[in-house]
Amino acid sequence: MSQEIAILGVGMHPWGKWGHNFVEYGVKAARDALKDSGVSWKDIQYVSGAATMRCGYPGYVAGATFAQALGWQGAEVNTSYAACASGSQALAAARSKILSGACDVALVVGADTTPKGFLAPAKGYRPDDPDWVRFYLGITNPTYFALYARRRMDVYGDTLDDFAAVKVKNAQHGSNNPNARYKKLFSKEDVAASAMVADPLRLMDVCATSDGGAAIIVSSVEYAKKIGKADAPRVAAISTVTPTFANAVVEMPDIATDSAAAADVNEQSFRSLLPVKAYEEAGISPSDIDLAEVYDLSTALELDWIEDLQLCPRGEAAQLVRNGDTTVGGRLPVNPSGGLACFGEAVPAQALAQICELTWQLRGTAQGRQVEGAKVGITANQGLFGHGSSVIVKR
Amino acid sequence: MSDKKQVPAIDGWFTMDTDKPQLIGSQCSACGTYYFPKQSRYCKNPSCDSESFEEVPLSRTGKVWSYTNACYKPPEPFVAADPFEPYTVAAVQLEKEQMIVLGQVVEGVTPDDLTVGDEMELVLDQLFEDEDDIKMTWKWKPIQQGRGE
Repeated sequence: MSQEIAILGVGMHPWGKWGHNFVEYGVKAARDALKDSGVSWKDIQYVSGAATMRCGYPGYVAGATFAQALGWQGAEVNTSYAACASGSQALAAARSKILSGACDVALVVGADTTPKGFLAPAKGYRPDDPDWVRFYLGITNPTYFALYARRRMDVYGDTLDDFAAVKVKNAQHGSNNPNARYKKLFSKEDVAASAMVADPLRLMDVCATSDGGAAIIVSSVEYAKKIGKADAPRVAAISTVTPTFANAVVEMPDIATDSAAAADVNEQSFRSLLPVKAYEEAGISPSDIDLAEVYDLSTALELDWIEDLQLCPRGEAAQLVRNGDTTVGGRLPVNPSGGLACFGEAVPAQALAQICELTWQLRGTAQGRQVEGAKVGITANQGLFGHGSSVIVKR
Repeated sequence: MSDKKQVPAIDGWFTMDTDKPQLIGSQCSACGTYYFPKQSRYCKNPSCDSESFEEVPLSRTGKVWSYTNACYKPPEPFVAADPFEPYTVAAVQLEKEQMIVLGQVVEGVTPDDLTVGDEMELVLDQLFEDEDDIKMTWKWKPIQQGRGE
């Protein structure tokens, strides 16, 4: 039996720092996705929202919030929270509902409004809260990204030039994406001239936070056939696995890793485990992948992801970038949307935005950034507290 | 430094031995997994359901896993010097415990002075000074400082 579901429509609200209520972005994205799918709002049987933690109670119940804003019509609702993987978990909930036969067609939607400046932890003396401890000791988010980047330089010989090349490439991709927040082209010199944040990462190596919204209409394959969309791109796999003890990489917000000292325990990299289940579920191997949308919280992290997705041997991702392989027109384009470098992070919408991009690419309608002949795409993202996802879309 | 009293910035996380300080972790009595900060209620090894732990001092030397610095002032609760001075941060791998522990690196050491694999040792140093005390924390210090000179 097929475990696939069809992607009938996708829609996004452009990323930016608009400062409006997040519901507006979600409604815009949902209406665009509905229009794109040809399905009427009143025919949607299930609304699966990705929660935002920064917009009060309506954000915690995002599924219901969007359903109410679009007009209560009696659908069932769900809300999922999984940090950066929230959108994928909301999609996974819709897929379960569809594959169990409990519904035919569903809306999956996420949107966020982000505050300005640093996200500081709550006040007081709270040594039991790892997030409080690390800020108290002077360990911020860029610290972690910079540790990964510096390790690549020392262990694999990556250079600052390689990291800058990722930014230049993503800026070029995003310059042709109407939904991207940053559409300006940059040179390696621009990157090198930006302020150092956490050595070796400069301001232009790390991503911003943004407002934005993304939505997807998914259905059973039967339903897609019935409405004349038998050739719609399919979700072939969704992996939302947790890490496996002992996690070998020091991750936000922790001050130390798991210990792998016990007899039966091996070190495991969470990022590299995420796509394993996706490949297995889809029955697809890394060599089948035509393009990837990965979570480039930093330029260097994009290189880690390329290796984690097994698209090249460990330590060789920088060579792919140097060859131009990861640029649209190259052998294996990465972040044809422009990635987080051009979008900035809108947490509950980001995993869905990655799937929107794959959908446009597989339909051959990603104007100005089209990966020719794309048939199979993969996404990857990772967030706090063991959340992450990898989704495979194929045609 | 002033004559204010030196107190730990976080109680119970490290010994206040000025000569050879150590981080205070815990170890599962059943499977041997180490924890820092201390864990004393449940073991996170999925093959172990032990609820028995011993407090143990951790190795005070290890090897650099990676390193960076902070060029921007972190938000509260960090207490920054005025004017803000960038500081170096290292992730150090402890061999016996098979874990990585983050920490600031002592003043005067920049990322240019470090390489993955360098030997580091734990020392005590000032995190910040408030009205009453000098708050002390652990920091990493290269064992062969000044190499190549």
